[in-house]
This record gives sequence, structure tokens and C-alpha cells, in this order.
Amino acid sequence: MTDTPLLHYTLRLADTALILGHRLSEWVGHSPVIEEDLAFGNMGLDLIGQARSLYSYAGEIEGKGRDEDALAYLRDAGDYRNILLVEQPNGDFATTMVRQLLYAAFAHPYFETLTHSSDATLAAVAAKAAKEMAYHLRHSAEWTIRLGDGTDESHARAQAAVDELWPYTGEMFECDEIERALVEAGVAVDPATLRARWDKTISEVLSEATLSRPDNGYMQSGGRVGRHSEHLGHILSELQFLQRAYPGATW
Amino acid sequence: MYTQALNSQDSAAHTAKEDPQAEARFQARIDAEEKIEPNDWMPAAYRRTLTRQIAQHAHSEIVGMLPEGNWITRAPSLKRKAALLAKVQDEGGHGAYLYAAAETLGTSREEMEDQLLSGAAKYSSIFNYPTLSWADIGIIGWLVDGAAIMNQIPLCRCSYGPYARAMVRVCKEESFHQRQGYEIMLALCKGTPAQKAMAQEALDRWWWPVLMMFGPPDKDSQHTESAMRWKIKRFTNDELRQKFIDATIPQGHFLGLTFPDPALKFNDTTGHWDYGDIDWVEFKQVVAGNGPCNRQRMAQRRAAHEAGGWVREAANAYARKRQQRAAMSIAAE
Repeated sequence: MTDTPLLHYTLRLADTALILGHRLSEWVGHSPVIEEDLAFGNMGLDLIGQARSLYSYAGEIEGKGRDEDALAYLRDAGDYRNILLVEQPNGDFATTMVRQLLYAAFAHPYFETLTHSSDATLAAVAAKAAKEMAYHLRHSAEWTIRLGDGTDESHARAQAAVDELWPYTGEMFECDEIERALVEAGVAVDPATLRARWDKTISEVLSEATLSRPDNGYMQSGGRVGRHSEHLGHILSELQFLQRAYPGATW
Repeated sequence: MYTQALNSQDSAAHTAKEDPQAEARFQARIDAEEKIEPNDWMPAAYRRTLTRQIAQHAHSEIVGMLPEGNWITRAPSLKRKAALLAKVQDEGGHGAYLYAAAETLGTSREEMEDQLLSGAAKYSSIFNYPTLSWADIGIIGWLVDGAAIMNQIPLCRCSYGPYARAMVRVCKEESFHQRQGYEIMLALCKGTPAQKAMAQEALDRWWWPVLMMFGPPDKDSQHTESAMRWKIKRFTNDELRQKFIDATIPQGHFLGLTFPDPALKFNDTTGHWDYGDIDWVEFKQVVAGNGPCNRQRMAQRRAAHEAGGWVREAANAYARKRQQRAAMSIAAE
């Protein structure tokens, strides 16, 4: 891989979108109500769509003839650059919704800001993604409030989901050297600048949901440099199965 | 899809005498190709037949999400993954839309869902077969949706307005799905020998169950008479099956595939394809609950319903709290 910062950065965005989209797609047909099957389908399609645009761009940047599928299907877990939060298992409905909330509350302002990128392709992808993530944020916030302020059981499940996923939120705000250079060049967004807005959104939603906000303890990190949880390998073994079992086939 | 509901007979206990004049006026409207709307007078048996048919159709869409959903996480390219996800989502949308159409006849979605989960209501027999390879996703689009379209195009002219209008929309999406399915088959058949073999193996497994989707042969199903008179159904099972076979055989030959029926032969006299005997014993067993995946499909639906119970309760509890708070704030003003 030609390790340019822009390629690295684009793959981080693409992998995060694909893995979360894949996770949401696992729900379709198994949701608590049909309307949520449709919503999970919608959100999954948004994210897979974002991933496809970003992979195609990554392939162009790399210039070695790899297309979206070569990048998605023929890299092993150690080469994946998604954040750890999105590869966490769906768990129950509360876990999936809280995961979506924690990510969308970050991704929505992130892509809004990225629309000002000096990189025209990233700015164009971001313009579409910002609109999509606004919907994901609204949908997951509404459900988190319903669950938190619903029954005793739903409250307990929602609180458990927040507590379980909280240690994966710190990674979203990290900015390493690879990204620092891009931030300075006006290409990438400095995630630290979004921290206050994310804190405010999350605090408001959790408060309305009567859920407590955990302390920022030790945060899990490593996905963006290819150090993942055990879950990613299983996701990829499913996602990549046909491409691996029938090398070189066109589908 | 899925008019198998029209093959079952209305229970005799329900066929009480109704106002003969109203019934005559009703039939005259049907004969004049007028649409019957939810608030119009209709015979109780017409209401029951349609409710059962539309509910079964909705159930088929919902259960039908499972065999295809089985491959969403394993689709072989991002384009195919997105298309399959969108297709399964469309089916969920058809289900919701059809439940709403059935509700106009006075049965709630919850009741219909309970009937599905208790096993009292049926869904199309075809979804009790497993999806074992990626080619099955192509086959479901090409053949299962193709057969569904054969059934549904006449339903766009069904005498009951809400169902007819739902079918217009559903048919548009199904035609798109069918093209996508055929395109999957085309890619496989133009691909490596292993891919071509995958396509052939899937056709071998699915061909006969797909032909069974049209229901028992006309000589064994006299129950469709009232459905025909009421213009719910416009063609017999065998007529639709023949139309489907005639349209499909050239498509399969174009793919370079062989149909698993040695009796298949073009009949120059009739202008139709002759075909071999369908195994109606298998069909009856699958409808009776003994197909390869009947138990699994129902277990998956029940598991989703049960696992979602606390979510639905939470949503209701939250809605009640909001109403109470709104009432209290109005009272406080």
C-alpha cells in the first residue's frame, strides 16, 4: 500500500462506514417492529453508500488499480482502519441504538465540517453523508430517549449499553500525525474541535432519557492503526467469504 | 406474490345468508369493473377471503425477508450487498403496506401478526426452502419474484381498491428485483466454471418449488370460483403457471442452463412448453409445515417478536408518559 496520509485517512472513513453499515444490516428481518427493519436497512444503505464512494476514491489515490471491492474484500483485519466502536456487536436493540447515537452525534458535525475540505471529493462525499447522519442522529436519539424513559427494563438495558460502549468513544476524537498534517492542509477535520458539540448533544439526549453519563475513564483505542477487537475478524470472515473462496471471480 | 390463500375454502360456518339485493348490487358493480372501497357494503365472505389473501401476502413478504437476509452479510461485492439490502428492505416495506391494506377490512396488524406467529396463518410455501449459495439470491430474484409478478400483475386489477393500488406499486418494485436477480444469474453464468455450476445447482433445487408457488392444478382446486367471480383472481393456477413457464424457459436457455425436467418440450401445436409432473405430495407437506425450513422460519420470526417485546413496551410506556405530561402541562396553565 502506498502509505500516503490521504489514503490512510480515506480508508479510515471508508472502513468505519462499511463496518457500521454491515452491523446494521445484520438486523434486517429480525427487528422488534417492521418499521425498524426498514430504518436499519436505510441507515445501513447510507453507510455502505458512503463506504463505496470513499473506497473508490481511496483506489484512485493509491493508483494501483484496486477498486472498492478489492479494498473491502481483500484486506485482512490488520489493514482495516475503522474505529473500534463500530465493530462492537449489535447486542440488544438498546446497544445498537446507543452505538448509533454515540457515532452519529460525532459523525454528523464531522461531515458537516468536512464539507469545507480543500479536497473536492471528500467535500462532496461529506455533503451527502452529513445529511444522512443528521437522520441517524435524530432516529437514534429518539429511540435512546424512548428506551431510557420507557420501562424499568428498557431503562436498565439502555444504561447498560451506554456504560458498555462509553470506553470506545474516546477514539473518535484522536488525531495522530497522519491526520494532523491533513488538518493543517485543510483536507481533514480536527476531531478535537467537535468535542464540545458532541458532549452537549450526548448530555442532552442522556438527560432527557433519564440516563446517567459515565465518567471518561480509560478509553479503548487502536482501530485506526489496525489494532482491533476480536470481533472484526469474524465480521470479515463473513463479509469476505465469497471473494476468498472463489479468488478472481466476478460477481 | 403469493395467491396461495385463494386455494383454501371459506369455512362453511361462515356462509350465512346475506341480503340478496345488496349482494346483487355488489356483484353488478364488480361486473362493471368498479372498485370496491373500504366503506362500501361487501359480502362477509368477500371480506374474509380478501383479508386472508392480503394478510398471507403480507406474511409472505415478511417471512420472505429471512431466506434472502441470510446472504446480506455475505454478498460478494459492495454493489450486490447494497442491492440485496435494498431489496430485503423493499420486502419489509411491502409487508407494512399490505398489512395497512388488510387493516382497511377491519383486522388489525397485531391480530394478523399473532395469527402468523401462532401458525394459524400461512405464507407462501417457497420461503420454506433454504438459501444455500449466492446463486440462490439470483434464483429468488429471477424465478421467485418472476412467479410473484405473474400472480400480481392481474392483482393490480383486483376488485378491492386498496389491494389493487398496493399491487401497482409492489409490481414496479418486483420487476426491478427480477431484473436484478437475472443479472446475478447472468454474471454467474458468464463467470468461472465453479460459478456456472453454482447457478445450475441452484436452478435444480428451486425449479420445482417455484412451479408449486402457483398452487394446486386446476382439476384439484375448485375453491377459486368465488375469487374469480369477485374478480380477486382473474386467471387459474394452471394458466398462470403456463404463462410463467413459457416466459422463463427461453431466459434459462439464454443463460445456458438446463431445467431439471426431462419432459420439458416445446409443443408446436399449442405454442406452449409442455412440462413434467409436479410432486404435489411435497407441496402438501411443505404447506402442512414439513418443508425443510418451516420450523426455522417460524422460530426466527418468533424470536424477533419475543426479543422485541421489551422495546415495544418501552415505546408504549414512553408514549403514555408523554401524553400524561402534556395533559398535566395543559392543566397547569
